[in-house]
Amino acid sequence: MNRHLISAADLTKQDALLILDTAEELALVADRPIKKLPTLRGRTVVNLFFEDSTRTRISFEAAAKRLSADVINFAVKGSSVAKGESLKDTALTLEAMGADAVVVRHSASGAPHRLSNWLRGSVINAGDGAHEHPTQALLDAFTIRRRFGRGSGEALDGLRVTIVGDVLHSRVARSNIWLLHLLGAEVALVAPPTLLPVAIGDWPCSVSYDLDAALPKSDVVMMLRIQQERMNAAYFPSVREYSRRYGLDTARLRQLPEDAIVMHPGPMNRGVEIAAEVADSPRSTIVEQVANGVSVRMAVLYLLLGGLEVAE
Amino acid sequence: MTADGTTWVIRGARPLGGEPADITVADGAITGIGPGAAAPSGAQVLDASGLIALPGLVDLHTHLREPGREDAETIETGTLAAALGGFTAVHAMANTDPVADTAGVTEQIWRLGRAAGRCDVQPVGAVTAGLAGSRLAELGAMAESAARVRVFSDDGHCVSDAVLMRRALEYVKAFDGVIAQHAQEPTLTEGAQMNEGVASGRLGLAGWPAVAEEAVIARDCLLAAHVDSALHICHVSTAGSVEIIRWAKSKGWRVTAEVTPHHLLLTDDLVATYDPVYKVNPPLRTATDVAALREALADGTIDCVATDHAPHPVEDKETEWAVAAHGMTGLETALRVVQEAMVDTGLLGWPEVADRMSARPAVIGRLAGQGRPLAPGEPANLVLYNPATREVVDPATHASRSRNSPFAGMTLPGQVMATFLRGRPTVLDGKPA
Repeated sequence: MNRHLISAADLTKQDALLILDTAEELALVADRPIKKLPTLRGRTVVNLFFEDSTRTRISFEAAAKRLSADVINFAVKGSSVAKGESLKDTALTLEAMGADAVVVRHSASGAPHRLSNWLRGSVINAGDGAHEHPTQALLDAFTIRRRFGRGSGEALDGLRVTIVGDVLHSRVARSNIWLLHLLGAEVALVAPPTLLPVAIGDWPCSVSYDLDAALPKSDVVMMLRIQQERMNAAYFPSVREYSRRYGLDTARLRQLPEDAIVMHPGPMNRGVEIAAEVADSPRSTIVEQVANGVSVRMAVLYLLLGGLEVAE
Repeated sequence: MTADGTTWVIRGARPLGGEPADITVADGAITGIGPGAAAPSGAQVLDASGLIALPGLVDLHTHLREPGREDAETIETGTLAAALGGFTAVHAMANTDPVADTAGVTEQIWRLGRAAGRCDVQPVGAVTAGLAGSRLAELGAMAESAARVRVFSDDGHCVSDAVLMRRALEYVKAFDGVIAQHAQEPTLTEGAQMNEGVASGRLGLAGWPAVAEEAVIARDCLLAAHVDSALHICHVSTAGSVEIIRWAKSKGWRVTAEVTPHHLLLTDDLVATYDPVYKVNPPLRTATDVAALREALADGTIDCVATDHAPHPVEDKETEWAVAAHGMTGLETALRVVQEAMVDTGLLGWPEVADRMSARPAVIGRLAGQGRPLAPGEPANLVLYNPATREVVDPATHASRSRNSPFAGMTLPGQVMATFLRGRPTVLDGKPA
């Protein structure tokens, strides 16, 4: 496995399955009275967040703490666009503090890639611009695998996953397309044409504009969040029209096959891309996704850091 | 600035890549070209066997950064870089601080260029005051100043207002001026980071669509035709732009165009490194665009090569992609890149290189005494170039104050061995003279 986790596309199928299988084992820790392993004792994990994301940060923080790592939370208000310390100087500071892993969230695509040039420790991408969010894709794959009753060593062959919404700006979609395809799933994108890249190129997925046609053929529907700033930028005429054409409501939920599941990376806009009744239905995995996120991030930290000698 | 009185006999150079000849230079002019020239007493003799002699190169598009950003480049360092790249004249773009939008600023740049003495510095004037795109700068005052400005450009910004562009094109007819347009429809490129295509989709970077360039070029060709004025199109980067320019030229309209060395060689897949050394405006495009640009330069649809040399200090490039400055250095690598992309591929011979990098840009820039043929009686502006060597580009060795060369680490052919400005060497043995 690479030293860094920046893009889901950098993973081999073997890497991905190793992470999911390790996450299954580590998930058992959560059921113990003492939810802690000594594996990363003495190692330092820095959560470097240039963008507010409480849910992702606390997920990584819980994961690192359950492995006994020392956790430093480093929140940089505003991005470096606002002319503070440069990304490079931040990297050098973290290097001097002896960070073994840096978990980075940044509004600029490629920022983790840049950081990895300046750090000796591992860089874990916790979401960069519209590029990737690989641990989100891993936890989604983990959730799908569990819900469809598949166990360790098994992939997602034959499952049909439909990703709906703002693919153009979504790092979650980008990571999921590559990872789910790698694991054998069939990926379909459904979005208004304005919210798809103009050239999909070699993306291993199908594309359509019609949600109703896609639903009966879906084992998994993954709804993407519509960001507030898209709502007034002519990507679609109005929030109501978006919701009518691409929102998952109860009527559409009924078009799904019986055992299909509904996913959302959060935070949700209830009533926009997903109806409240759907979000709260038994088919929804949204709360499980959060719990699974901790296990998967534990696995990533364990595999990237666990094998290294402390003296290195 | 004037000749120093030394007579030079350049032995065995190949004018425009042809048969070896001796070139004699005295009093700032070429006095003879032919086999077996006798060296008068006191003459300096330069062995140029194996080297190609070309007329001194002329750049229509250089950012010298002075005044204002002397940390990135000065007229001194920029013109030295130009001389080392084989240039004897550069057009200094107007986006300095203060902006070159008055007779005063353009004259200052012109005088600093004369004082540096490495190559002619011809200031370009801004089209609109402060490059703000709202009202015309005093174009006539700049034209009549000592700097004799003829090329006007808001480069870095598009003159996007159609009526302002029309007025600018009309107004400069009074003094044989030309408007050099940075073609970029601003509303289509808000926040744009790279070429919009397969790579931008994959990398999650906001796209700069080809149509944003092509739409403005089409509009401006029509405007130039309507008012019968001269339009020059800066840094053409797409296959579609080439088609529009070809069509405009077929109508006999007064439209000229340039292409940069980087758009002739590099493609947008380099952005996958997220290294902002590849960030430039207009952005690197696709292999299809590169092929079309090469073909257009070969068939004359694109008139010339212009560097868009855009130096930036390290801290403006050693950042996240989205916040990095746009631009690449290019003066010291331009001829080498043109050899790699155009000559070694069989698309251009050396006489055509002389046309595209010296004669045509001098005509477009209204520069008398530059871009002239290699012939007796002509000004002795020439470059001696060794096409037979290949070396890795190392920006640390460049004379430019900045290091943002996208060719760093690439192996490119050729080396400029000597440059003469009106008979006086500015570069000898590949080093500043």
